[in-house]
Amino acid sequence: MKPAPFDYIRAESVASCIQSLADASGDGKIIAGGQSLAPVLAMRLSRPSVLVDINRIPGLGAMERHDDSLSLGPLVRHADLVEQRHSLLLAEAGRWIGHPAIRSRGTLGGSISHSDPSAEWPVVASALEAMMTVAGPAGKRKVHASEFFLGALEPDLEPDEMLVGIEMPIPQTWGFAELSRRHGDFGLVTVVTALVEDRWRIAIGGIGAVPLRAEESEAILGDRRDDEAVRQAARAAGAAVEPGDDIHASKEYRAAMVEEFTHRSIVQALSASAAGVH
Amino acid sequence: MQVNIAVNGTNAVIDVDPRRTLADALREDLGLTGTHLGCEHGVCGACTVMVDGQPVRACLMFAVQAEGCSITTIEGLASDVGEPHPLQRAFCDRHGLQCGFCTPGMLMSALDLLHREEKPSRERIREEMSGNICRCTGYVGIVDAVEQAAEELARWSDKDDVPNSWTKPTDAAETAVAADRPQR
Repeated sequence: MKPAPFDYIRAESVASCIQSLADASGDGKIIAGGQSLAPVLAMRLSRPSVLVDINRIPGLGAMERHDDSLSLGPLVRHADLVEQRHSLLLAEAGRWIGHPAIRSRGTLGGSISHSDPSAEWPVVASALEAMMTVAGPAGKRKVHASEFFLGALEPDLEPDEMLVGIEMPIPQTWGFAELSRRHGDFGLVTVVTALVEDRWRIAIGGIGAVPLRAEESEAILGDRRDDEAVRQAARAAGAAVEPGDDIHASKEYRAAMVEEFTHRSIVQALSASAAGVH
Repeated sequence: MQVNIAVNGTNAVIDVDPRRTLADALREDLGLTGTHLGCEHGVCGACTVMVDGQPVRACLMFAVQAEGCSITTIEGLASDVGEPHPLQRAFCDRHGLQCGFCTPGMLMSALDLLHREEKPSRERIREEMSGNICRCTGYVGIVDAVEQAAEELARWSDKDDVPNSWTKPTDAAETAVAADRPQR
């Protein structure tokens, strides 16, 4: 449980970080909170020759509120998001990540760059259609959430690129429902429902290689608020997914839980909307 | 690489490989073996310490990342004259430990919780301490202990005539106590 040797570079700016990554010719890795990377290194599942630490780059932990969105720096910690009151969806989702000692170090940018389909932030980013800003040697580019998550642990990031900003709309109403066996575990199924610009968006995590959008359920819901619509939308989500079997759960159980947790998440969104809370 | 850190109010300079975790640096380079290592990949919580007032799993942070940081370990919990912290006393009183392996991490996590919440319910204590695994006690004694310490700390928090040396830190301990306060 000891990492293989590596060189350590404390980056002082985004530009110097990108330079260090380029110098490492694909064998460099950014370390932010380290809550996913450090175990991977400890178990020697990966042995990069260079770690570039971005924790001391000024300004990357910024959180900026606009009228209906938040601009978040990659170094915003999970604990910061739990405590902010601009977007209560982000506060709720953050609570489901690990434990206090994980949330105090782990970062939004790290989780999104890690692209674990069972992690909370990629599902939230998918539901909110977050816009990612990526910096590389050629400058900055923007990537929509639907194009950012290419596969499990596979973000749209080149070895010499870095996620430098995440823009998250603040939903009009939202629901968050997650099934995990123990507190703090990754979700077996995570469903985020969000109403943004009067359009429903439902994203499902924990099933498949990337967060999935339940488009049929979104369409069924439309302008309807009745119980039957909610049931139909949940059923459509359960029918749309093709989960796999593994030691944690059978595919039948997973599909049933997708339906159940989609239902819960929509009900939560509708009741919050009815109560004027969001 | 040289790393400057303040541990429990004492400055230290250590020379470590980048791959040295903060937990190993505390144990091997500074001889502070109170911080325990169970799983070494961030699951068990035994290595929890405070870094600049925030709870951190010391096996998931490299020592080089702690440059300039103020760290509080279990060795910094009692007063300078060896008077136990109310949390330590409560763990003894309420049988919050058996083999003691998880205890340093339990105490540091409980310390963080009681910094943030004055009177957490038993439910909250369980939720907030769920990142620390104990294989002996069945947790009931631990929840009892944190509850007792919370009551004691709350009783004293708004009194001026604090009777105990741990709340009146000496100069040396002042940095560590100041660093304990969450700055979010």
